[in-house]
Amino acid sequence: MRPIVLWSDILIYLLVIGLVLLFTLFKPNPQTRAHWAQVFSSKMGSATFLVLCVYVFIALLDSLHFQKALPKGADDQVFYSSEVLSVLDWVHLEQRNKQEKTYSAPFALYAFAKENMHTEDGQLYRDYPRLKYGGRHLNNADERGADIARRSGLAIAKGALYGSFLVAILLRLQRRHVAPSAAPKATIYGLLFAIVVLWVWVLELGSHYHIMGTDKVGADVLYQSIKSIRTGVLIGSLATLLTLPFAIGLGICAGYFKGRVDDAVQYLYTTLSSIPDILLIAAAVLVIDVYIENHAQTFSLTAYRADFKFLALCTIFGLTSWTGLCRLLRAETLKVSQLDYVTAATAFGVSHAGIIIKHILPNVMHLVIISVVLNFSTFVLAESVLSYIGVGVDQSINSWGNMINSARQELSRDPTVWWSIFSAFMFMFILVLSANLFSDRVRDAFDPRMTQSGDTDT
Amino acid sequence: MWAYIARRFVYAIPILLGVNLITFGLFFMVNSPDQMAQAQLGIRHISPEAIEEWKKQRGYDQPLFWNAESTGLKSLTETLFFSKSVKLFVFDFGKTDEGRLIGDEIKRRMLPSLAVALPVFIIGLSVAISLALIVVMFRASLFELSAMTCCVALFSISSMFYIIGGQFLVGKLWHLVPVSGYLPGVSALKFLILPIIIGIVAGLGGGVRVYRIIFLEEANRDYIRTARAKGVSEVAILFKHLLPNGMIPILTGVVVVIPALFLGSLVTESFFGIPGLGSFTIDGIRAQDFSIVRSMVFLSSVLYIIGLLLTDISYTLVDPRVRLK
Repeated sequence: MRPIVLWSDILIYLLVIGLVLLFTLFKPNPQTRAHWAQVFSSKMGSATFLVLCVYVFIALLDSLHFQKALPKGADDQVFYSSEVLSVLDWVHLEQRNKQEKTYSAPFALYAFAKENMHTEDGQLYRDYPRLKYGGRHLNNADERGADIARRSGLAIAKGALYGSFLVAILLRLQRRHVAPSAAPKATIYGLLFAIVVLWVWVLELGSHYHIMGTDKVGADVLYQSIKSIRTGVLIGSLATLLTLPFAIGLGICAGYFKGRVDDAVQYLYTTLSSIPDILLIAAAVLVIDVYIENHAQTFSLTAYRADFKFLALCTIFGLTSWTGLCRLLRAETLKVSQLDYVTAATAFGVSHAGIIIKHILPNVMHLVIISVVLNFSTFVLAESVLSYIGVGVDQSINSWGNMINSARQELSRDPTVWWSIFSAFMFMFILVLSANLFSDRVRDAFDPRMTQSGDTDT
Repeated sequence: MWAYIARRFVYAIPILLGVNLITFGLFFMVNSPDQMAQAQLGIRHISPEAIEEWKKQRGYDQPLFWNAESTGLKSLTETLFFSKSVKLFVFDFGKTDEGRLIGDEIKRRMLPSLAVALPVFIIGLSVAISLALIVVMFRASLFELSAMTCCVALFSISSMFYIIGGQFLVGKLWHLVPVSGYLPGVSALKFLILPIIIGIVAGLGGGVRVYRIIFLEEANRDYIRTARAKGVSEVAILFKHLLPNGMIPILTGVVVVIPALFLGSLVTESFFGIPGLGSFTIDGIRAQDFSIVRSMVFLSSVLYIIGLLLTDISYTLVDPRVRLK
């Protein structure tokens, strides 16, 4: 086995470590802390945050890649399989390897299409063949319901065991280290428990059935949806992160220095935002495609090529989407820099950099936090549209956009193949819904206009 | 006022020039025409003659900014930048890779685009505003909570699902209207009704969320409290005070998209087979026809700048305190 490190793996780990460090090393000021406490003291806030954490956790598991060594040949030289796996693949290996021939419905025993088959005495007949893996262990189709119920019961019991173990550890840790907070513990631990049970159930049943069926080439749909989590989370977080330096740097400089700087920044963001995002992204992706086409030899693995395109896509997202936040920050900085404490700081001879970092940045930070959480879900949704246009992530990468795009014609089949699109929809919907609900809570807590109205914190 | 508008038009020139430089940089400098030809023609080891031929057909066989072989003014005009980018300023879009005039295509496809985008915009806006007003009327109640939860859910669904799901339900299961296609004239209605409804529903969640916040902000102002103290009924407050004052930020906020309605919606149009500018653009992207993409980028930035100008003018119309200088 040898580890394969993709650039996006490094970036997502750096991002998560950076965020954790940011929150542990820098003690936020009491007001910011009160805002966050408000977010996490609501059931909705902490529940959605937990769901987001689970998605990020799966994305992190899926970001540890390796290649398997092939069996040694005669000359003792070690060759590696061209297939790049991740830790998540290894967890879900059962589902990954059980490839059927073509479509099959959720929990199906028989394939979706009829085939020519031979009876034992050589006669030709046409019927739905049994699946190669799904429910193979059953002798009789009637046993399916009982078997699923029995296995589910076992899986839930097993999951409950793991879940309570995890919760017990967390409770113990919490009692020792973390000060009691207003967080709704019952909600958090209950949800965590439910998620562990669900995952164990998926793993247990997934190794005997195709829970969400299989797609056109016979791959397990649920496995694909889980694999797509990495793409969604990475696009959302990396692209959002990339917008920040431009938006914060340029926006605050424009509002603080005014004059020429302001003119230049305004020109820049008017120009950029006058090009429709989707066209600019499409144009840039076309250019990157041509670049990859012409530099094919620099990418030794398909994974490297796909990863390069993926990162380029994130960069383009980031480069085209900073204008909205930049405009907000500029306006807010214009307001803030007129305030008395900034004048006082100037009179005391504090440098420009000092004023910006100490006095202006903390006072516009709420805008940044609100837009970060909102942008995340926008990017996740945008990915599916781009895949449809044909300028999304590489076909070799699992993504909800690619799944929807390939499943779009399946609804017109008879009987309808609904599971592929449904599965992608649910996974994406839960992520985006959690992000949006969380961003609502964040906005309620951080937006000064919201705290005034008082009747919005539902 | 007129002087202001004239000045804004002059300001628009450097912005459009910037847009042009960005697209020109993307299409000609990051990727030379040679590379485009290679990618288009597809074959690995293609002969230089074929590339030259491809470039000549599409007029890509000129230098970027400065033609040293020509003399006088021609050394500026016989370049890629002039022939492909500067000409856009007089709306000379050139030809598609298939040889059709882009200008004609745009004229032909503008109307179908507008036929979808305009109703979606007007009906969608009024429905969203009415719903937001109702939500604000019953604020701090269970109704508000459930309505807003619905809105977040609607808002969290990708537009692709609205289209795919809508087509599946209405077109396939219920057999009410054709799934896609287009006919000119009145008979277009049966093709248009589904995309319009889907467009409205898809935009509803986001719209109600934004407008509700605007109305809520207005609802906490002093004049509302005064009106209530005077004994004005809640309904009168809603329609006489809240609605007109809330409409100001809402309308000035949406003015910017009005000119861009001509461009239509990229995804909706290509899903429903409506021969508008949106599907034109998608076809261009799919066929890697850079001249189409370039023209559409330029056209949309022109429309966006007009939208910005209209926004400024609309401020003066609704709020007499704002003066354009």
